[in-house]
Amino acid sequence: MNIIVAIKHIPSTADDLPVKGNNLDFDSVDFVMNEFDEQSIEQAVLIKEAVGGTVTVVGIDLIGELDGALYLALAKGADKALKISADDPSVDSHQQAKWLAEAIQGLSSDLIFTSVQASNDLDGQIGPMLAAYLDMPYIGGVSSVEVSGNTATVNKEFAGGVGAKYALSLPSVIGVQASSKPPRYAPVSKVRQIAQTVKIEELAHSAQVENSAGLIFKKMAPLIMTGRAEMFTGSPREVATKIVDLLKSKGLA
Amino acid sequence: MAGNIFVITEHLDGKFSDVSFEMVGKAKELASIMGMQVVAVVLGSGLAANGFASDETLFVDDVRLGQFNPEAYGRVVEALVKEKSPRLVMFGWTAAGMDLAAWLSVRLGKPCVAYVKGLSVESGALVASSQIYGGKLIADVAPEGDLAIVALLAGSFPVEAGQGSTLAIRIAAPVSLEGLKIQFVESVRPSADDIDVTVQEKLVSVGRGIGGKENLELAEDLAKALGAVLTASRPVIDARWLPTSRQVGKSGRKVMPKLYLALGISGAPEHLEGMKNSELIIAINTDKKAPIFNYAHYGAIVDLFDLVEAMLELI
Repeated sequence: MNIIVAIKHIPSTADDLPVKGNNLDFDSVDFVMNEFDEQSIEQAVLIKEAVGGTVTVVGIDLIGELDGALYLALAKGADKALKISADDPSVDSHQQAKWLAEAIQGLSSDLIFTSVQASNDLDGQIGPMLAAYLDMPYIGGVSSVEVSGNTATVNKEFAGGVGAKYALSLPSVIGVQASSKPPRYAPVSKVRQIAQTVKIEELAHSAQVENSAGLIFKKMAPLIMTGRAEMFTGSPREVATKIVDLLKSKGLA
Repeated sequence: MAGNIFVITEHLDGKFSDVSFEMVGKAKELASIMGMQVVAVVLGSGLAANGFASDETLFVDDVRLGQFNPEAYGRVVEALVKEKSPRLVMFGWTAAGMDLAAWLSVRLGKPCVAYVKGLSVESGALVASSQIYGGKLIADVAPEGDLAIVALLAGSFPVEAGQGSTLAIRIAAPVSLEGLKIQFVESVRPSADDIDVTVQEKLVSVGRGIGGKENLELAEDLAKALGAVLTASRPVIDARWLPTSRQVGKSGRKVMPKLYLALGISGAPEHLEGMKNSELIIAINTDKKAPIFNYAHYGAIVDLFDLVEAMLELI
């Protein structure tokens, strides 16, 4: 079973997100692996452990800092890591999916995992696009995967705790919301050791298509804080007193 | 400007989801500005599909479309779009729409805009406002070309504007549904062995800010002291620190309690969708730019652990 995990390096939303012109000021933000990728890597490794095979992780290196994410994936049980260097932090999902599809076409793959979504999927997610480029079926929002023979059985989540089970003929692309088990921890020492011993293979890519998403950026701006919330200020103790008083006045405490 | 707006509706257990009506209502508003017609597209089997305020409702009635199947639905929507050449195709940014919108974009070579919170017409062209980066930035983009695909965040537009009584026209699937590689197996219902969070009067809800599973006990203590139930946003559930029955948000439960105390929840659009109609929302976060403060009635920028400990002493 050859399992591919396509990951996405994205601006971290933990910090401020300054705007420059009509887009994010990419020079002023940190890039991190999309949080859902940890789930898809885990799901891939769980399947490898259950039925055998190899896990290959591949991503677009936007700013020359993807290696760390790939080392982490290897430390968590992936067998091989590949990168496609773009050297352009603004590459959209369409272009990333196209390049990933080109790379994956050159690999023999039975199962391809992506994350269900990323916070910067303005033009849509990589998973369904990858499936369209590869002419494979796609299902996303998946919270567990089991493989038997040439079939993957997945649980897809809808709203309100309702879900559904689907059977997929392989090869297929699956967008992972959550893996069957929580992502495992990889000790820093192991990641460091991998960083010192493993060389990440680099793949070539076709020419970048200008504005492949077909979207003209008119404006980008921070969410306007409407200030609906009345803010309690002071020490935690003072804030706690105000909240408890409020709750008592409303019969809620 | 000629052409139609296609609204790809959604349903579960024979009931159309609110976002379907929201999209039809918004489409009507855009159609009146742009001189278009609104076509509600229903994929299903044996449904009562006469409840939309669309100019036309097309009901593709086929037993293989009775349950959502991304492959079957994708084939049908792609065939219909190729046949009818709409100018705009609307999906919900939902479990179903998220499987289809970007896929269709690549299949047709047309632009797609996700996380859409607003749609307007500027100088005759469509402009979509998207809430990206966890809701922290709003991007206004104009899709190029003669067809755009948009995926709308649920809860962005009024439901009522899309409700009506247009008689649905039943049609056969415009494409073969043989040889599907994805098969629906069975529905999965929420287990009945945990608390139903949708009927609770008070919820204490934790997000990524809770840090680790070992810290849940403190939040659970506060919930008990308040007579509330402990719930969480998606990162806590995906880490399996709490069961999925406790998840509030798009893929979890939609709640409207008398009190929603949000601890360390930033307020991504997916979470807000599930709790923004709560009667009293109090949000605690260390990030003053957290979107949740736009929806909370009261807020404070303090360390949640210090706050919870102080509250426990006071109650």
